[in-house]
Amino acid sequence: MTYDQARTLVGGQFGGAQVESGPPLVVSLSADAWVPFAQFAKDELRCRFFSFLTAVDWKEPGLEVVARVDNLDDRVSVVMKTRLGPGISTCPSLAPLYRGADWMEREAYDMFGIHFEGHPDLRRILLPDDWEGYPLLKSYAVDTPHPPYR
Amino acid sequence: MAVKPPVPEIPVPVWRNFKDLQQWEETHQQRPGGDKHSTLFESVTEGIHGFPGGFVVTTAADAFFNWARKSSVWPVSFGLACCAIEMMATFASRFDVERLGMVPWASPRHADLMIVSGTVTIKMAPMLTRIYDQMPDPKWALSMGSCANSGGPFRHGYHVVKGVDRVIPVDVYVPGCPPPPESLLNGLLLLQEQIAHFRRTGRRAAPNPKVD
Repeated sequence: MTYDQARTLVGGQFGGAQVESGPPLVVSLSADAWVPFAQFAKDELRCRFFSFLTAVDWKEPGLEVVARVDNLDDRVSVVMKTRLGPGISTCPSLAPLYRGADWMEREAYDMFGIHFEGHPDLRRILLPDDWEGYPLLKSYAVDTPHPPYR
Repeated sequence: MAVKPPVPEIPVPVWRNFKDLQQWEETHQQRPGGDKHSTLFESVTEGIHGFPGGFVVTTAADAFFNWARKSSVWPVSFGLACCAIEMMATFASRFDVERLGMVPWASPRHADLMIVSGTVTIKMAPMLTRIYDQMPDPKWALSMGSCANSGGPFRHGYHVVKGVDRVIPVDVYVPGCPPPPESLLNGLLLLQEQIAHFRRTGRRAAPNPKVD
């Protein structure tokens, strides 16, 4: 499979998605198409390797979730993005589909407070369990006091 | 004569409950079984001190104990970040702290010195305090590198303790990012000088004016 074939496949299946030419193939989706597209990428594009998942805080437009999956055999990489919308912090989970998404989504929950619906074990992974707030949000003050340590 | 184990009359002080180092020192000097000689030792010392010229003996005994203490400072092997690599290099054969009587020991219960080598995160700070509390008195702490001194490049991050002296009392600060083994050795020698004054004054030495 080449990037051209992959682009045609994506254009045929997900007409509403905005596709930027690659490599890597960048697909911007709505939150509803998040899991169906991941299923499509795994089955049709044969992207078996879950590279990473992270999030971006764009302030007023809200949060954006970014994930990258790779087809290591054909060297095709797909970056999938979705805007959650202003004030919304829930997103469908990819963890039932990709095992690799488990900890990545826990990290995104830890740092951005995104609740991944359908995640089997959504709790903090890096910060202590009793931490208050989500430190990578732009609204989190840099010098937030944490007595007695800072 | 039966020697009873010391019974603490007040709970063991926890560093984070104290306002500053002065308050901590005060409590340590006042609390029974703290930074003091044992009662048997003190009665013997006072007895000897009563004799004419006995003070020579007691000062000599203090000097002897100080020499013994500073000659076998065992650091607990406790590495936190990249500074630990330099600490390991210092412990290894090229720089060889063992000629100073230091044996890196893998248990806090047998150790006298904690080298805080690296960034102390807020998640790690309770564990660090716990290891420090497990060390027997008298104990010393050496803060190694910018991160342990003040937070270093991560000072304005959300998760880093701004200096390990907010968690445990520190005797010697070694600057550097990371400090080379020579710097750490210099810090260890300064610490030995501090320990040499430990019992003679009955409290910890004043900050050393000698700077590298």
